[in-house]
Amino acid sequence: MHYNYRDIFWNGFWRQNTGLAQLLGMCPILAVSTSFVNGVSLALATTLVMAMSNAAVAALRNLIPYEIRIPVFILIIAALVTMLDLAMNAWLHELYTVLGIFVPLIVTNCIVLARVEAYAAKNPPLPSAVDGAAMGVGLMLVLAILGGAREIIGSGTLFAGIEMLIPGARAIQVLPQDYPGFLFAILPPGAFIALACLIAAKNWYEARQKAATTLSGPGCAPASHGH
Amino acid sequence: MRLYNSPYVRQPNSVTRVMLKVLIALLPGIAAYVWQFGPDILVRVLLATVTAVGCEALMLKARGKPLALFLSDLSAVVTAWLIALAFPAIAPWWIVVTGTALAIVVAKHLYGGLGQNPFNPAMVAYAIMIVAFPSLMSQWPSALPDAVTSATPLDTLRTGLRATDATVASVMADARVFGELAGRGWEWVAGGFLVGGLWLLQQRVITWHIPLAFLGTLTLVSGAFWLAHGAQYASPVLHLMAGGSMLGAFFIFTDPVSACTTPRGKLIYAAAAALLVYLIRVFGAYPDGVAFATLLMNICVPLIDMKTQPPVFGHKGR
Repeated sequence: MHYNYRDIFWNGFWRQNTGLAQLLGMCPILAVSTSFVNGVSLALATTLVMAMSNAAVAALRNLIPYEIRIPVFILIIAALVTMLDLAMNAWLHELYTVLGIFVPLIVTNCIVLARVEAYAAKNPPLPSAVDGAAMGVGLMLVLAILGGAREIIGSGTLFAGIEMLIPGARAIQVLPQDYPGFLFAILPPGAFIALACLIAAKNWYEARQKAATTLSGPGCAPASHGH
Repeated sequence: MRLYNSPYVRQPNSVTRVMLKVLIALLPGIAAYVWQFGPDILVRVLLATVTAVGCEALMLKARGKPLALFLSDLSAVVTAWLIALAFPAIAPWWIVVTGTALAIVVAKHLYGGLGQNPFNPAMVAYAIMIVAFPSLMSQWPSALPDAVTSATPLDTLRTGLRATDATVASVMADARVFGELAGRGWEWVAGGFLVGGLWLLQQRVITWHIPLAFLGTLTLVSGAFWLAHGAQYASPVLHLMAGGSMLGAFFIFTDPVSACTTPRGKLIYAAAAALLVYLIRVFGAYPDGVAFATLLMNICVPLIDMKTQPPVFGHKGR
C-alpha cells in the first residue's frame, strides 16, 4: 500500500488541525498558551510524544488484543510521557517548572489517544509517525499564534522566557514600555476568545478558497448547499 | 369612500424610536451627573459615542450590511452612553475607547449584531475592563471639589466594615463619601435614572416586570440582612440608591435583546439578578455586582424563557 506523506502531513497540519478543526486537547491549548515560549515548548513535547506513541503503537498493532487496546495504548503513551517528563526535568528544568503539571498531563491529552486509535492502530509505523508529528506541528502552529497574540496583547512582549530554551536569547518588547498590559488576554477568558477568533479565521479562509475554486472551476459547478 | 385594511390603530414603534426614548430617559441622570461631578462625563459620552458609531460602521461594512439603515437605529449610541455612565469618569480615555470597541465588535457584531447578542454589550465591556484593569476601574470622581478620586460608596463601606468594631453607621458618618441616603452625589444621579426609568415605563418602552422585580427583591434581601444585623449590613435605601441599582433596573436588565421576554420569565430573571447583585456587592470582591449579575443571568435567559412560555390562548396550560 502506498502512502502519500505530503497528504498525511497536510491533513494533520491544516485540514484536521487539532486546535482549529478537531478541537481536541483544549485544556492544555487554553491553559498553556499564555506566552509564545510556553505554548511552543508544550507543543514540542506533545509532538515528540505523538510521533513516538504513534510509531510504537503502529509497530505493536498486530500484537495488541482488540478488546483491551485502549488500556494498552494508554500504558504505552504514559511510558513515553514519563520518559519525556524525566528528560525535561533533567535538561530543561526551568521550563519544566513553568509548564508544571501540563507535561505529565500529555498522557491524558485526548489528541494523543485519538490519533493512536484512529490512525496508528490501523497503519504501519512510518506513516503513523508522520501523522503524529504532523498533528503535533499543527498544534504547535495554533499554540504559537495563540501564545504570541496573547503575550503581545497581554503584556506587550514576545518570546518572554526564551532564555529557558536558548541560553542568551532575550525577549522582544513589541509594544512601548509604558503599555499597561491588557491582563484580560492572559486570563482564561482571553484564551477562549482568541481561539474562537482563530477558528473563525480558518473557516473564513477556507470558505473563501472554496468560493474561489468554485467560481474559477471548469464548467458550471453546482451551487453549494451548505447552509 | 376610501377603504382601509386592518390593523387600524398602528403603533409607530420602531427600533429607532425605542432607542431614542431610552437616550432621552438617560438625560436626567446625565444632568444630575454634570451637576454633581462636573461636565467631564459629557466628554466621556461623546468619546464613547464616536467610538461606538465608528466601530459599528466598520463592522457593518465588514459584514456587508446596509450602513445607513443600521447606523440610524441608534442602538450603538445607547450602548455607548451606558458604557460612559458605567465606567468611572476619571479613568484614562483609552479605557472608554477600548471598552466601547470591545462591546460593539466582540459582544455585539461577532455574535451576529443587534438582536442576536446573548450578552448585554455594555456590561461585557464593563466586565472585561474591570477584570483587566481593576485599579483603574475602581477609582471614581468625588463629589467634593477638593478631593479628586475616591472609591465608590459600596467599596468604602465594604473596606470600612473590615475594621474591628466598625459599624455601618460609623462608616457612613464619613461625609466625604456618603450623603443623606447613599453615596454623596451618587444618590442624585440614581434619582435621575429613576425619573428617566419611570418615564420609560409611562412610554411603555419597558414593562414593569423587570424594574419592580429587581428593586423589590433587592429591597427584600437587603432588608432581611439589615433587620437581622443592622450594624454589619447597610439599609435597603443605600442598596437601592448606590452603585448601578437604578441604572441596572431600568436601563440594563431591561435590554430587550439579552433579557427574558415572557412576563413570568422577566420576574424570575430580575429577581435572581437582584439576589446576585446583593451577593456580589456584600460578599464578593468587586465594587458592584450589576455587570456580573447581568452576564450571569443573560446565560440563563434561554432556559427561563423556555420554561415560562405562556399557554397559547384557547389551550389549557402545559
